[in-house]
Amino acid sequence: MNKILNFIEGIGSTFRKKMARLGAGTRLFFLVLIYSGDSFKRIHLTIREIYFTGVLSLIIIVVSAFFVGMVLGLQGYYTLEKYGSSEAIGVLVALALVRELGPVVTALLFAGRAGTAITAEIGLMKATEQLSAMEVMAVSPVARIIAPRFWAGMISMPILATIFSMVGILGGYFIAVLVIGVDEGSFWSQMQANVDFSNDIVDGAIKSIVFGFACTIIALFEGFDAPPTAEGVSRATTRTVVISSLAVLGLDFILTSFMFV
Amino acid sequence: MDELITIDDLSFGYGSSSLHKNINMKFSRGKVSAIMGGSGCGKTTILKLIAGQLIPKSGKVIVDGQIVHEQDRDGIYNVRRKMGMLFQHGALFTDLSVYENVAFPMREHTNLPENIIKDLVLLKLNAVGLRGAQKKMPSELSGGMARRVALARAIALDPDIIMYDEPFAGLDPISMAVICDLIRSLNDALGATSIIVTHDVAETFSFADYIYFLADGKIAAEGTPKQLLASRLPFVRQFIHSEKDGPVPFHVEAPSYKVDLQL
Repeated sequence: MNKILNFIEGIGSTFRKKMARLGAGTRLFFLVLIYSGDSFKRIHLTIREIYFTGVLSLIIIVVSAFFVGMVLGLQGYYTLEKYGSSEAIGVLVALALVRELGPVVTALLFAGRAGTAITAEIGLMKATEQLSAMEVMAVSPVARIIAPRFWAGMISMPILATIFSMVGILGGYFIAVLVIGVDEGSFWSQMQANVDFSNDIVDGAIKSIVFGFACTIIALFEGFDAPPTAEGVSRATTRTVVISSLAVLGLDFILTSFMFV
Repeated sequence: MDELITIDDLSFGYGSSSLHKNINMKFSRGKVSAIMGGSGCGKTTILKLIAGQLIPKSGKVIVDGQIVHEQDRDGIYNVRRKMGMLFQHGALFTDLSVYENVAFPMREHTNLPENIIKDLVLLKLNAVGLRGAQKKMPSELSGGMARRVALARAIALDPDIIMYDEPFAGLDPISMAVICDLIRSLNDALGATSIIVTHDVAETFSFADYIYFLADGKIAAEGTPKQLLASRLPFVRQFIHSEKDGPVPFHVEAPSYKVDLQL
């Protein structure tokens, strides 16, 4: 009987802790909104963070996108060829990238590269008392550290997803047209005819904004909430990747079911 | 005597535990006071309570006539603008140079033009002897130098109160002597009130005006260094003469050997 009670108590306490963390994360988001005015006044802080989270993520985004595009070109070509419609490869590559792979893969890479860096940096700032020092100097760490990073993530992520889709399409073009020899005219014209701006491109952009929000706020909260020890920071960094990835995939399903079904 | 900070009947603890029980302290204007005691006795917590980072369970912390924990966020920030704090390991911002670290409070709280900020930063860095290190990054500094830069940053806005959290921890004897000298000379030059949290007996007794000893959540003893050196209280004697056994036992409370070895 005691074991059953302990089990139920365990579920309850875990659920309560998770809810408390969700509440704390939401509170942090509202604090970011309140202090955003300060970070816009000192725009150089946000620009600096855009460089760290966005510009420095470019290489991994561009290289991955090119490979993803090439794989799509190869797989797509061999499948479409069976049905004699290999010239539709341009549409397949573009739709797959713009609707799904662009935002999703970019968000996963963003969580792995920029998200972990944000969590580790803020966690270590906490562990080395830099955030406390700011508080004692009457400077809000949310205004000075969190808000600029939040807006940098929100601005960088959609741009990175767009670049991902563009480079991916070039990767598909490279394989399908230049290597396999699909007609270049059909590749581009079919793409132009079948990719819709408001349905496909705008929906893809909305996805990337939502994923950017999720990845950035999770990374910031995990760093801000990390216990100030080596173990605490390492666990927080791991959690950032795990929770961000799951959030991106879950949100992708929800958004897709609203947008494209 | 004119007190700048008064701690009145303060009790504090994390969760249900109790760290401080009905503590009373007074820190006089213009004096260097020290809070001493063993590791984990809640010395640093007192600084955090004064800075309004923690809220007491009962009692009051009054800084310059204002009850700190009854202030709203802006009120607490206004109180903190009168304070400078030196953290145990400096807590320098690792992404900013030495110059920018010292300029940080000035940029955040004033609209001074760049040339005035430059003059002030160099003045503060000169006071701690590190004008020559202005372009260095915190990772390029030794522990003692980092502590001195943090001190320059703490006094950037000429605070009324300077708080030091373990300023001597992990320093070589030369750096230690430099920091001792700086604490006293900066306090007197700025007309500030300094509070030092430490367990280094020799250094503290050499320059502090008044000392509080904390043990078991209470003030075990207080007085001038002279009075404490003459004290016959067992705890004070054990602490000052570094005796390994006494009122603070060598062994942590444990069950008997028989129980532990299951004999």
